[in-house]
Amino acid sequence: MHDQPFDDAPLVVAGRRFQSRLMVGTGKYRDFDETARALEASGTEVVTFAVRRTNLGQNTDEPNLLDAVSPERYTLLPNTAGCYDARAAVRTCRLARELLDGHNLVKLEVLGDDTTLYPNVVETLKAAEELVKDGFDVMAYTSDDPIVALELERLGCCAVMPLGSLIGSGCGIQNPHNIRLIIERARVPVLIDAGIGTPSEAALAMELGCDAVLMNSAIAHSPRPIRMAHAMKRAVEAGRTAFLAGRMPRRDRAEASSPKSGRIAAT
Amino acid sequence: MQVWINGESRLLSPETTIRQLLVANRLEGRRVAVELNEEIVPRSQHETCQIRHGDRVEIVHAIGGG
Repeated sequence: MHDQPFDDAPLVVAGRRFQSRLMVGTGKYRDFDETARALEASGTEVVTFAVRRTNLGQNTDEPNLLDAVSPERYTLLPNTAGCYDARAAVRTCRLARELLDGHNLVKLEVLGDDTTLYPNVVETLKAAEELVKDGFDVMAYTSDDPIVALELERLGCCAVMPLGSLIGSGCGIQNPHNIRLIIERARVPVLIDAGIGTPSEAALAMELGCDAVLMNSAIAHSPRPIRMAHAMKRAVEAGRTAFLAGRMPRRDRAEASSPKSGRIAAT
Repeated sequence: MQVWINGESRLLSPETTIRQLLVANRLEGRRVAVELNEEIVPRSQHETCQIRHGDRVEIVHAIGGG
């Protein structure tokens, strides 16, 4: 029996081709071993990480994330989490490119404040423009505003990634209508990034027609992350397959599935 | 001379190179990236790039994040 018996085109982001439509973050796991096993169970090919100052003169023998998450095995997607203006985000991307020997795919996120972590779209647009000019392939985290999403595409972003709901909230997709509007208009891949809490919400994102889903907390904050990673893999596949199949029409009234004729109590 | 390394004030001898700074902090050969006064110092220039009084150096690495 095949896991995925139906043909699907690969996901293409900036010329890179992926079979998996689930991208996974590496934050909040107990240790690198759990991180590695969750990534494995999720079937992901694209893995996000953050860039931070090293400790000076202490714990220099601590294991490195990039030893647990091999750049040979996964496509690495450094993020600009924690940046609150375009300048910091651009510097972070350049540091990440240096860290990864010229690898130029980045997840741009410029945040508005630290209680909502809502994207600051003004600074995001500014950073996107500068990064694209500097040769980066920019996957941009943004609000679910269709106009902003299209502007990011116009600036040359290789993917737009509207939030489903606030980062780390697990509140699902708060405005599926806006997400659909973005999907209908965008020509670059659209990913839900942030807000997914359960496999059903991941499946919904894919049923709406998203090209992929990016998540971290939904897996890492589950009491059993490896199992949840597996569930998410299946949910994304199910949602994608359902999208390609097409849903039944909605009706206001019931329509019996069994034939009316031949009933024993019929007169 | 006084410099700022990852936001901390440090005293270094004059003409210290980036590579010498990394060695002193046991970071040589590790997966780190270095910025000097908000400009990247490519790995190929660590040996030759000298730090000057008042410079701001950032040394970063990859950590878990979403």
